[in-house]
Parts: sequence; structure tokens; C-alpha cells
Amino acid sequence: MRDLNPDATRIEGIAAPLPTSNLDTDQIMPKQFLRGIDKSGLDRGLLYDMRFDGEHRPRPDFVLNRTEYRDTAILVGGSNFGCGSSREHAVWGLQQYGIRAVIASSYGEIFYSNAMNNRLLVVMLPEDVVQTIMADVSDPATSKVTIDVERMTVQSHSVETAFSLSARHRHMFLEGLDMVGATLAMQEQIRTFEQEHWAVKPWLKDLAYTTKARLVSSSTRQ
Amino acid sequence: MATTLYQKLVESHTVARLDAQNVLLYADLHIMNEYTSPQAFAGLNESGRAVAVPGQQMAVVDHIIPTHPVTFRIIQDPSSALQATNLARNCGIHDIVLFDTNDELQGIEHVIAPELGMIRPGMVVLCGDSHTTTYGALGALGFGIGTSEVEHVLATQTLVYRLAQDMRIRIDGELGQGATAKDLIMYIISRIGAQGARGYAVEFSGSAIDGLSVEARMTLCNMAVEAGARGALIAPDAKTVQYVLEHAPDITGSVRAAALAEWVTLRSDADARFDVEHVFDARAVAPYVTWGTSPDQAAPVDATIPRPADEDDATARAAAERALRYTGLEGGTPIEGIPVQRVFIGSCTNARIEDLRAVAGIVRGRTVAPGVRAMVVPGSGAVRRQAEEEGIAQVLLESGFEWRQPGCSMCLAMNDDFLQPGERCASTTNRNFEGRQGRGGITHLMSPAMAAAAALTGRITDVRRLGASHA
Repeated sequence: MRDLNPDATRIEGIAAPLPTSNLDTDQIMPKQFLRGIDKSGLDRGLLYDMRFDGEHRPRPDFVLNRTEYRDTAILVGGSNFGCGSSREHAVWGLQQYGIRAVIASSYGEIFYSNAMNNRLLVVMLPEDVVQTIMADVSDPATSKVTIDVERMTVQSHSVETAFSLSARHRHMFLEGLDMVGATLAMQEQIRTFEQEHWAVKPWLKDLAYTTKARLVSSSTRQ
Repeated sequence: MATTLYQKLVESHTVARLDAQNVLLYADLHIMNEYTSPQAFAGLNESGRAVAVPGQQMAVVDHIIPTHPVTFRIIQDPSSALQATNLARNCGIHDIVLFDTNDELQGIEHVIAPELGMIRPGMVVLCGDSHTTTYGALGALGFGIGTSEVEHVLATQTLVYRLAQDMRIRIDGELGQGATAKDLIMYIISRIGAQGARGYAVEFSGSAIDGLSVEARMTLCNMAVEAGARGALIAPDAKTVQYVLEHAPDITGSVRAAALAEWVTLRSDADARFDVEHVFDARAVAPYVTWGTSPDQAAPVDATIPRPADEDDATARAAAERALRYTGLEGGTPIEGIPVQRVFIGSCTNARIEDLRAVAGIVRGRTVAPGVRAMVVPGSGAVRRQAEEEGIAQVLLESGFEWRQPGCSMCLAMNDDFLQPGERCASTTNRNFEGRQGRGGITHLMSPAMAAAAALTGRITDVRRLGASHA
């Protein structure tokens, strides 16, 4: 596992082309790697069936197995990258493998949030621009890509373009943010909201506890 | 200003507006499973934080659980067993209601939550599982979240929520013969694409939706996420209210009156503006089957598999070529007649009692084709018991189906139910992704009735030609 250096504002390195649209999180992190109770060891599972054959031997022609792409830090993907299952293991696996950014025209919504919550940079660019970058990085001689997060630019061999990131996400990436801590600072406001909410909608208060109590009492009656 | 149902639900749960795109959203119910929650609990424990509102949380063991038809279930795989005991420990520490491995009320999270009366119109429901969109069937805003967000909800009962845009999909008319809610959603996804609703909360409306049962609406909303939707909603009507009150008998007296008064307001204003609107005719919906590896790669059972060469869009053409390489099929081949070795009836999409009744209606007095292994995995312990009481289980067993214990099972094959490489499965689940049901396994998504028909013939079969059994 290489150093992720999360404080860097520039991500520079080899980018690998992964020109598959709707690349779902089941493919990014297959089920057999989801059995842990911690986040460890997910680099092994990343894109497993693309990287390895049925006998667990590396597929020599898969891009990440080629020597020229051994140090890949950026993936250039097809549209709707990371669609499907909500498993955050997909993001953890990408990072543990050494991927620090993904470039695609669109992302699965849950994947996008998961990536941002882990400071995996997800860059969204128009499909035609992504295709040009894809063509650049498909040749190992022109596979270097630089992403400047502070200036919000992407540079490949033949493309230099700006990308946008919401102010919140940019801040989260650059500064890091204890989201839970930030929300806990608003605790009083949440509790006030909650009391007013339950006063108007008492059928929602203690929903799990009241349900459990009802189920227990109905099963003892039987 | 006129507002949509989605906007009303967000507004009524907004604790604070954080910026132009994000609000702090209050969650009425947070549901957890054994595989997307452990790292969230670990994070919480490491930072020494408490669960903010344990009474609004519920957990269940469903993804990794074995479904062998034994009374007492033992999880053999050590890592999976640890996930289950870890969940029990976390729920114990934090006083969270748990439906554990051998609880008689255990089942798939999205089946038991409505069944136990925990989903009520107007709620916000979060869960570390993408199929949380199911609850839109009851007029509740549900959507899947990641594990970091699970930790956030545990600690604060809220979520930092990026607002979605509004889409309305109106479907009028009666569904075509043999077509179900499953066929309807597969039809819609094939029309708008696997990212056709990406970024949108989708409201389903129209006379076809009015005509669907509450369980059928759950099937519809469940799979909206396969079009990329960030939420699915159906405005509550008399059927919704009846379902909720039947399943939540604790809503009585003055509380009930207040709830009913609130629930009738849960609809989009007549002049509310949607960012995108689609209109479909339900009569055009036939029994649908997927032929590829993305849920939008689907066609009517009586059609042929599209030829990638006919596809104008280069990306879609490449995707179709790749999908057909994986599924071992060729463009131009009729979908009907494709042989299957496995049949799986189950999942949060199609494992409720109405689904099992539909299956029994097809297979009664008939037998599973030789060489086909057909499994029925009910969505919950309650569904299983009801199917046994109604004689459905007996019909299935007599026909040669395996009648198993509830769980997610071969929908995502995290337990010991999975396809062998090259095995082809008629499946009532929601995802036909490569390897989803087992490495090298091939999935054809379809309705419960269509899967039942495939079990009887060993081939993908147009259930309209097979007809209901008369035995």
C-alpha cells in the first residue's frame, strides 16, 4: 500500500484507461471481499475479475497488470462509474490499491458521496473530453495526468481543462473535514428540530422501540 | 409556491440548510445490516461517540445468512459469522433493536421494515443499502448511503444531504397481459437507461400506478435505483393507508387521526414543476427479460436480442458487445428459448407473499424441468410462514422447488448460494451485473411468474403462452 498523502493538492501520476460504462461496484469490489468488519485487505479485491482469471492468475492484457501501468494513480472511466451497490468497500479498495482520483463523465450517486467522504477525488468532465483523455492515457507514452485541486484543472497529454467541484467537496478534499464532528456542533439544533418533529408526528417517535415492544407483546400473547 | 412531494419530504426533515446544494436531513429510521455497518460502528467506538437516537434505529442480519431449510441456522463461514456476532455486539452496546440470525421475524431488511409496520408515509428512511428506495411505495423517502454516512447517522440521526432534482414518470393505462410491476420497471429502465434517473428523485404517478398493489409498488420503487434514481416516490392513497394501518396497529386514536390528516397532504401540488417528465403507456409493457449485464439491457420476452451493430451510439454498442461476450449470447437470437440451469425466486425486489402466490399460480400441478435447480427464498420469516399457511410452500415443494429460509441469498451471493461459472439463471432479483450471482454466472432478470415458467420448461418462456395451471 503506497502513501496516499491526503494533504496534497496536486495529484500527478500515471492514469489508466477503463473504458467501461456503468462499471458497477460489484465489479470494483466483488462480494467475496466484503466479509470483513474492518477496512483492511481490500486492495486485493479491487476489480478482481478483471485483474485475475478463474484460476486466480493475473490477466496479462488487463491494463492494471501491464508493467507500464503498475504505478497507476488515476483511473479514467466510462460514464456512470461506480453505479449499483452502496458498498463503500469499492472506494476503500481503490485507495488501498493506490488510486487517488477517478476521471469520468458521471458517477453512481452513492459512489460519488462515498468517494468524497474518503477524499478519493472524483473529477467530472464532459464525455468528449473524457474520451480525449482516455485516448491519451491509452498510450503509455502519454499516460501522465496532473490534477490540480486548488486550481481545479486537469492536464493530460493533449487536454488542459477546468473541472468543477462544489465548495463543500473542494473544502472536504483540501482541508479534510470531520463531518460527524461538524454536525455534532449543531446538536442542540438537531434535538430542537426532533422535539418539534415528534410533537407534530408522534407516530414517528421511538419507532424501533415501540415496534419491538408491540412484536414482543403480540408473540407472548400467542 | 407549488412544490413536489419530494420537496415536501425534504423540507419537513431539514434541520438546517448548509449551503445552496446541501441540507442537514433528519432520519426517522435508520436500518443497518451486518456488512455495511461494522466499520461505521468501529469509527463511532474509536472516537468515543454515542448513538444519538437508538430508538430510531433497527438492524438485521440478512446479506450473509445461509438459507438452508433448517430450523436453527448456523453461519459456517467464519468471517460471515463474525459479521453477525459483531452486529449483535454493536446493537447490544448501543441498545439498538436487532433481528438476529434465528429471530423468527428475521428477513431481508427491505421486506421486514414495511412488514413490521416501521415504514409510514412521510418518513425519511436511510440504510447502507442501495435498494432503500423501496420505501417510496409507502410515500416515504428512502435511499441508500455509504458506511461513512452510516456512522454519521448513528452519531447524529442526520445526514449531510445533497439535494436531488425532480423527475416524474407517469404511466397510464392497464399493464399488458402477463406483465407485472417488475416488467413495468424493467421496461422503464430499458427506455430511460441505467443512468436515466441519475441525480433525480423520481415520482411515479398515473392510473397504472394507482392500479398496483402496495407490494407491487415496492417492486417498482425498489428497482428505480437501477436507473440511477436517488429516491423513488408514490403519493400515498387509500391502499397505502390501509397497508400501513394493518401493519402498524400501534397507530390508534387521536394519533391515528393526526396521521391520516398528515398523510393526505403528501402529494405534489397540481402545478408543481418537475425538472424532467416521462410519460409511458402501460399497455406497451410486456413480460421483460434482460439479455446483458446491465439492468437496462432488457427486451420483451418475444423479441430478439438486439444486434450491437445496429446500435448508433458507440458507447452503447461497446457495452452491448461486452455484455453479449459475457452472457454468451448473440444478437438476433430470440430471447424465448434460451436454456437455463438455475432459477432463483427471491430478493428485496420479489420475495413478498404476492410474488410467491404468482409463482404458485403458475407451477401448481406442474414440475420443474429435469436438470434445473430452482430455489425459492422468501423475503422474511413472516412471508415464509404465511406461504406455508396458504399452501404455497406445499405447491412449490411438490413441483420440485427448494423451499428455503429467508435472506438476500443469491441476489448478491454473499452467502453459500451462488452460481457456478457458466451457469445461467432465471432470476427475480434486481441486478444482472457480471459475476453478481457468482463468478462467471449469468443472470436473466424477470418477474416471478416468468421465472416460474422458466423453471418448468428449463428455458426462458413466455408466461402468456404457458398460462396459469388448471390442476
